[in-house]
Amino acid sequence: MQWEVVIGLETHAQLATHSKIFSGASTAFGAEPNTQASAIDIALPGVLPVLNKQAVEYAIRFGLAVGAEINPRSIFARKNYFYPDLPKGYQISQYEEPVVKGGMIHFLVEGKAYQVRLTRAHLEEDAGKSLHEDIPGATGIDLNRAGTPLLEIVSEPDMRSATEAVAYAKALHQIVTWIGICDGNMQEGSFRCDANVSVRPLGSDTFGTRCEIKNLNSFRFLESAIQFEVERQIEVLESGGVIIQETRLYDPDRDETRSMRSKEDAMDYRYFPDPDLLPVVIEESWVNSVKDTMPPLPQVLKERFISDYGLTDYDANLITSDRGLADYFMAMTSNASASPKQCANWVAGELLASLNRQQLAIDKCPISPNKLTQLIVRIEDGTISGKIAKTLFDILWTEGGEVDQLIDSRGLKQVSDSGAIEKIVEELMSQHPDQVAEYRAGKDKVLGFFVGKAMKASGGKLNPAQLNDVLKKKLAG
Amino acid sequence: MDISSLSVKKIKQLIDSKNISTVELAGLYLDRIEQLNPQLNAFVTVDKDKTLSQAKQVDQLIAQGHSNALLGVPIAHKDIFCAKGWLTTCGSKMLANFVAPYDAHIIEEFNKSGAIILGKTNMDEFAMGSSNETSYFGLVKNPWDLTKVPGGSSGGSAAAVAARLAPLATATDTGGSIRQPAALCGISGLKPTYGYVSRYGMIAYASSLDQGGLMAPSAEDIAYGLNIMAGHDERDSTSVKREKEDFTAQLHHPIQGLRIGIPEEFFSEGLDSDVAQAVEQAIQELEKLGAVRVPLSLPNTSLSVPVYYVLAPAEASSNLSRFDGVRYGHRTQDYRDLIELYEKTRAEGFGAEVKRRILTGTYVLSRGYYDAYYLQAQRVRRLILQDYLRAFEQCDVILGPSTPTVAFGFNEKTSDPVSMYLSDIFTISVNLAGLPGLSIPVGFGKEHLPVGLQLIGPHFSEAKLLNAAHQYQLHTDWHQHLPAGIAGN
Repeated sequence: MQWEVVIGLETHAQLATHSKIFSGASTAFGAEPNTQASAIDIALPGVLPVLNKQAVEYAIRFGLAVGAEINPRSIFARKNYFYPDLPKGYQISQYEEPVVKGGMIHFLVEGKAYQVRLTRAHLEEDAGKSLHEDIPGATGIDLNRAGTPLLEIVSEPDMRSATEAVAYAKALHQIVTWIGICDGNMQEGSFRCDANVSVRPLGSDTFGTRCEIKNLNSFRFLESAIQFEVERQIEVLESGGVIIQETRLYDPDRDETRSMRSKEDAMDYRYFPDPDLLPVVIEESWVNSVKDTMPPLPQVLKERFISDYGLTDYDANLITSDRGLADYFMAMTSNASASPKQCANWVAGELLASLNRQQLAIDKCPISPNKLTQLIVRIEDGTISGKIAKTLFDILWTEGGEVDQLIDSRGLKQVSDSGAIEKIVEELMSQHPDQVAEYRAGKDKVLGFFVGKAMKASGGKLNPAQLNDVLKKKLAG
Repeated sequence: MDISSLSVKKIKQLIDSKNISTVELAGLYLDRIEQLNPQLNAFVTVDKDKTLSQAKQVDQLIAQGHSNALLGVPIAHKDIFCAKGWLTTCGSKMLANFVAPYDAHIIEEFNKSGAIILGKTNMDEFAMGSSNETSYFGLVKNPWDLTKVPGGSSGGSAAAVAARLAPLATATDTGGSIRQPAALCGISGLKPTYGYVSRYGMIAYASSLDQGGLMAPSAEDIAYGLNIMAGHDERDSTSVKREKEDFTAQLHHPIQGLRIGIPEEFFSEGLDSDVAQAVEQAIQELEKLGAVRVPLSLPNTSLSVPVYYVLAPAEASSNLSRFDGVRYGHRTQDYRDLIELYEKTRAEGFGAEVKRRILTGTYVLSRGYYDAYYLQAQRVRRLILQDYLRAFEQCDVILGPSTPTVAFGFNEKTSDPVSMYLSDIFTISVNLAGLPGLSIPVGFGKEHLPVGLQLIGPHFSEAKLLNAAHQYQLHTDWHQHLPAGIAGN
């Protein structure tokens, strides 16, 4: 039988606010356990939550970025369950009225366009962490993470393969980092996915029973977990079994998913509106002011780069894959002294290669956009050759310095003085009479030999076009 | 000095005129507490050293020429308010060892105003009860008759004020927990409008109904206290942003023409005749002062008790989840695993009434019951509010008995929770509507036990309620009567 895979994702994006969603405690990662847990985070008797407005603003930004409806009146609810790292015995989340409704994520897989509908995105607080390994014979509780703001983004079951799911997750990751609401650090748990996976006979219009795989914190795990789960479900069904609706965990060491709890022991969370918090009212004026501060989205920039600057689809994609890279490129093109196309070549080529080699983020790039522009200007005005430019780029990268100063002090200027070139050529011809004879006997390839020798003698600084002309003239006799 | 007749106003005068120091005055109250509290059990924590050291600091401020609203005025705080460095038990074994590491908003405000903390008062466990019989720290006795309950849940504050162990006490009211004990103990008690007093640092029972307030002999005393207690606090999202108000400013206004609404439902079956009689006399007294009687109806009154006993337990079941033995408070001795830690800790730490409400609340929020109970109760809650809003189109204040009976005996109602719940029949609807309610003493019923009159006003009409009560108290002396045997010393 042919099977069709159905996937929906729930993604938790940790919002990059400085303080927690309901307390003033810091959200910085990696502090000593419980040093960033206030009276509110540890749920002392009598404390009350106060909503962090920044978290709501980030949710609005997200809603605008994905073309969703911003709910003018959303409601915080309590999700009740007991766990030691959940200090209040309930999580404050949104249930019936989320802050963001609907929306759409667009992405490409091998050049083909896909769209995935979003159901909703809602604000909630994260729980703390149970530390099972650190204390022998006991479980430690670290509440630093308790109360960290999360945006839970829920998709419709619109994906049909692990590849699509990963492409969707990457597109979502690009958006949340692009609009600055999430640092996107998957290792630190800032962006993690739960995948709802089911299979059905191809052509069927009802969904199969689904399993939810929790807490996938890398794109690779997401892909492997779904692939494993799809194969497992098909195997069960083809051997006459049934899928039980359950929550499963992915074990990356064994590359398999394991059952965590079945629907029978699914908890009744007894949601009800949190009486400590008023409904979140979002006036249109607030939405509009957030709109004014939104950066242009990658898709918009990409199209602008192609139409305004004639960039290739490939380069435009590459440059808009990261907000920092796009900002860098736009900083280069803003003073209009170098051709945007050349700028794009350098950003997508030398710069990106160097960043990747050293695993640097663009904001740690040792060469400023301004300097790289100056370098390109010096290529375009003939001061340096393209080859020398790469040498200069390396110097700027490792040692720093100013473009023009380095060209002077390191003698990188291109030699365009025909007298000087002629002198070098004449000298070479007298040193290699045999090769001159060969050329004159019709062996044109020997020209390359002389170009190489001349460049070597000059340290690569001769203007290549001029050198060619001089050589041809002189060799011809 | 006989402190049993001191009002807040009088204390301010004595302190201002340097007739008595803060330390001396606090000492007199501490002596009286030492003498009478063993019989009454109104205080669960008294700490002389803390009290006197706070008084000493205030005396230094006075010596430096500082002045402040309640400088040197002693106050007792219900043990539901977190006070830094003080045991804050909420009447429960669960928090019997809990020393609050921070101050509730209202504690901060009273400390800033120069008031002196006399101690923490007894209460029904987690404010769940109408007789103070659910406290882990034992019964509180009614100063008017030591065989009777003081009412609850603020039974300790009520008994303390009635016996003049404190001139002023904080309390909280979720379904009547200020007004009912105030009535049963013959003192004045105000539950302000929901949102007027910050809940920050007040241990939550039912968040949408809980409201801090005050108890004192007279409405005037309460006005002085409310000046400190009411006001916006950004740490409580339900705290209302309003200009600070001087509640003493309107006390002297005449009440000529005040329209007093008398709802027929408050004078129906279940109301004892002795209570009805005292309340009727009080209404006539107000009429003599120029008030005009307006008969009206609050048709959904009878639904208020069932609505309350769905909503309050629902919120409580969630609010009390934090008491799990993990971070503070009681933790069971032996446990094999996490589930047993939770089960034993909570089984040992909570009393029967708290468990009953947690179970009820968990039930009404459960899948399949939520719509029928919780949502339906929310709908009826809105109807009850609408009853009141309609009534206030015809009148300025609504009057009625605070309780259907005078103080009852210990164990009289403990075996029948519903009859206990019905003792709050006249007060609960006020919490559901978020309105201010004030109970004042208006005489005595059977066995010479006090009767309370309840004044209910529109949202934020505290000044009006206190004004009417003060005018009444200028012409009567019920609020100055003292329980026999404890008068003077």
